[in-house]
Amino acid sequence: MSATSTPPASHAANPRHRPSLSQRRSRPGEVLFKLALQFCLLVAFAFLVALIAFAVIKGWNRLDPRLWEEMPTGAASRVARAGVQSAITGTLWVIGLTAAICLPIGIASAIYLEEYADNTRWYNRLLELNIQNLAGVPSIVFGILGLGLIARVIGLGFTVITAAIVLSLLVLPVVIIASREALRAVPRSIRQASYALGATRWQTTWRQVLPAAVPGMSTGAILALSRALGEAAPLILLGAVTFIRFNPDSLLSSYTTLPIQIYNLIKEPQAEFQELAAAAIVLLLVILLALNSAAILIRNRFQKRW
Amino acid sequence: MAVITPGAPVPAASVRRGRRRPGERIIEGFLVLAAVVSIATTIGIIVSLLFPTVEFFGEVSIIEFVTGTQWTPLFSIKQYGVLPLLVGTLWVTLIATVIAVPLGIGAAIYLSEYAHPGTRKFLKPILEVLAGIPTVVYGFFALTFLNPILIDLWPSDGKPEFQNLLVAGIAMGIMIVPTVASLAEDAMSAVPQSLREGAYALASTKMQVATRVVVPGALSGIVAAIVLGVSRALGETMIVTIAAGLKTDGIPWSPIDGAATMTSFIAGAAQGDLPVDSLDYLTIFAVGTTLFLFTFALNALSIRLVRKFREVYE
Repeated sequence: MSATSTPPASHAANPRHRPSLSQRRSRPGEVLFKLALQFCLLVAFAFLVALIAFAVIKGWNRLDPRLWEEMPTGAASRVARAGVQSAITGTLWVIGLTAAICLPIGIASAIYLEEYADNTRWYNRLLELNIQNLAGVPSIVFGILGLGLIARVIGLGFTVITAAIVLSLLVLPVVIIASREALRAVPRSIRQASYALGATRWQTTWRQVLPAAVPGMSTGAILALSRALGEAAPLILLGAVTFIRFNPDSLLSSYTTLPIQIYNLIKEPQAEFQELAAAAIVLLLVILLALNSAAILIRNRFQKRW
Repeated sequence: MAVITPGAPVPAASVRRGRRRPGERIIEGFLVLAAVVSIATTIGIIVSLLFPTVEFFGEVSIIEFVTGTQWTPLFSIKQYGVLPLLVGTLWVTLIATVIAVPLGIGAAIYLSEYAHPGTRKFLKPILEVLAGIPTVVYGFFALTFLNPILIDLWPSDGKPEFQNLLVAGIAMGIMIVPTVASLAEDAMSAVPQSLREGAYALASTKMQVATRVVVPGALSGIVAAIVLGVSRALGETMIVTIAAGLKTDGIPWSPIDGAATMTSFIAGAAQGDLPVDSLDYLTIFAVGTTLFLFTFALNALSIRLVRKFREVYE
């Protein structure tokens, strides 16, 4: 989503922003229009602030070590001593595996499409179209794929590995699209210089193009994984709905994740559950904000301007 | 790496292939294999939807499915009319669109035409963060924060229900604003500077440039952003499951009723312990296919539109 194709010239000279000229032309309609536009942006950010503030206030009493030291419970009498530990470990397992599955496949696909594929061929265009379309398939449909094919037909059941495979497939288009953009940003001259020195295609890709594309790729990878981290819908279909009171210990363990645990807690009517849900939301948002900031930081600091 | 040094004179053909190490072919094979995964995913989705759906329509007629006004597969008297789910989905999508389109496009025009480049560089990442907030969080926000306010402020006596389509639609609208804004801003930034300058030279004001040059110039991109937003709203699950409830008996004529959408029905049905291959279990796939077809059509439209605006200016 970060693909701003603004020509760099407009950043530097910025002829679009000309306050003195527009002020001279100012009419009441102009001012009103600008205010209306600012209002639109303000509303969007106001909701972000409200959302975070509400979660922090509501979950304040539960933001203590109980949150990660204790196991979840479905019993109202024990909820004061409950936490979400198994959801945290479950999330680490599932997202760790998702990264291990989707990053190599996604980056390899991107390398194929950018460095190897002849995109006048119909099958390469089909591949591209297919990825664009997959990016828009609702996440719950991936859950159906997991339920019908991976859990039942292949027989992996409702386990950590099934969840990781489904989330990998879900975010694969994001990884591919972001990695392709990073590869495309590496100038052609770098490749030609490498070829001129007698390097093969793979030597060029591995030693010249990939290192230059790493910052852009890692930004895309982090954003893709943070999407997987917040995803709950497909996992509802994959058996992650109960209050699980143990940490996963293998690929074939039962599991729960933070978003799923939050959903479980919201469903319970008592206020104590809602407080714990809010605290877990704050934890989830902190993790996501940290990941997102890291992604933006990497993009701003390490991205080379050619 | 060992560099191949041709000692004796070699025929021309082998010079061309001289640099090709056996590893190169194998690596390329792996890359192709990785690329094939995404094709396999699409085939997997179609296969996993198709077979159970065909089985479902072996027992329930398509006419009953498309025209029935009751969806009660989990009740004793089973009826399989998908209209209540469709209407629920349409309500939520409509409300979300009405909120997200003006806010998203307004924010995009501001970011692209009015904001200082420094401000834009600072605000755009925040928009992206906003787009990355998990939907389960929006659901919680809708149910426990927005809905009580909505019920308080409601003017007439027929107050919205504890879970209702309206509040789910509002939360979803807020959720898709960043998506629409970010994509629409990309489209507006792609409008060539010369068009703006031409308009300024003809003494246009800033607002005239924005509304009569930039917006029409970026129209297909803006429409693509809207279509993608609508498609996200259509396929969103957690907000509706949490905030709109799971009621499916009868068509929800009013948005202040609680009702299920296609996605929340699937999520709800999957949480019960349905015996595999029962007709109830198959409903998940039949509704899933319907949802897939809708979003597929919207995605195809949006891909076409994006291609169109790229072609014009690049």
